[in-house]
Amino acid sequence: MNPIVELITKLGDDAFILGHRHSEWTGLGPILEEDIAMSSMAQDKIGHALALYTILHEQFGGPDPDTIGFLRNEKEFRCCHLVEYPNGEYDFTLVRHFLFDHAELLRYQLLRQSTFAPLARFAAKVMGELKYHVLHADSLMQRLALGNEESHARLQASLTEAFPLAAGIFEKSPYEDQLIAEGVFAGEALLQQQWLKEIEQRVQAWDLHLPEAREPLAGLGGRYGYHTPYLQPLLDELTSVFRSEENASW
Amino acid sequence: METADRHLLSTSVDPRLQRVQRHATEFHLLEQPEEWQTFEVFHQRRRGEHHVHVGSVHAPDAEMALVFAKEQFARRQQCASLWVVASAHIHSLGYQNEDMFATTTEKTYREASGYRLRHKIQAYKQSVQHESNS
Repeated sequence: MNPIVELITKLGDDAFILGHRHSEWTGLGPILEEDIAMSSMAQDKIGHALALYTILHEQFGGPDPDTIGFLRNEKEFRCCHLVEYPNGEYDFTLVRHFLFDHAELLRYQLLRQSTFAPLARFAAKVMGELKYHVLHADSLMQRLALGNEESHARLQASLTEAFPLAAGIFEKSPYEDQLIAEGVFAGEALLQQQWLKEIEQRVQAWDLHLPEAREPLAGLGGRYGYHTPYLQPLLDELTSVFRSEENASW
Repeated sequence: METADRHLLSTSVDPRLQRVQRHATEFHLLEQPEEWQTFEVFHQRRRGEHHVHVGSVHAPDAEMALVFAKEQFARRQQCASLWVVASAHIHSLGYQNEDMFATTTEKTYREASGYRLRHKIQAYKQSVQHESNS
């Protein structure tokens, strides 16, 4: 696979799958305002996926974005495990959103310098939305972490569960060195380092802690097509309408 | 293992179809739920224009009110800036005093619309045009 195609596919798939997960809260959010905010961020994520799949289509002769999104097999997806996990209760959704979107904001800050112009242009465009996603996550995390015994315990439990999975966001692609050498992307290692600094700083201020022992392989495999058992049922559900009438125009 | 419990594998994980079961005894429930307030939201479309009242949001504090207001009121239209003000901080001269706003006496002389100027302006314009033509 072309290294840039691989990179854009994984970015698009992360956004696509997490966008779907977030959309599962529509109508069920804890309060009206939060329901609207989460649903709106879900739409943002799907929009990012569409923009990235469009780059694949226009720059690399890939299939049209709908086909990329709806008609690939599970094995062809390159999303990380973290985004595949079920929403659980709101605490897990929130902690995942916090861990993922901090990485996302830093990633696109790096990609603004990409030598691959379409990606650099998209990165500049997406910055405002990601800034909001991080503000939203931070605002709620802070208040709930410092809220009361229950809210703190829930966030801590979800953080202990989600943090090891977040390592999968930074799983290196087979073309990592080439992407760095060509200035397309500064690399997962640097990104993870920057991300950890941001996360540690906040977690400490909010009286939470990161889990000590980590399974070395936790959360890994997604970038190579090895997924959790949660992805296939998600894809079945996500694509059911599309597959019911593949040639319909919506 | 608790993690396994929390993410029971099923055909659907959409919480609208199936909620994840959780052990409710783990946490102490609040005896008294915290009270949230309402905040009034003011939206500015472009720099330099007025902030216009567009509605209200529920939030625990002003910062969260801004976070929520952004998605509720600035998502589908152009926005340069947002304000929120705790609804409790709005003072009003309300409907019980509506009669105060009524004007009964003739005072159009105090309003710009009371002056009939159009014909004078037109006459002036014509005279200027006339001069420049001649």
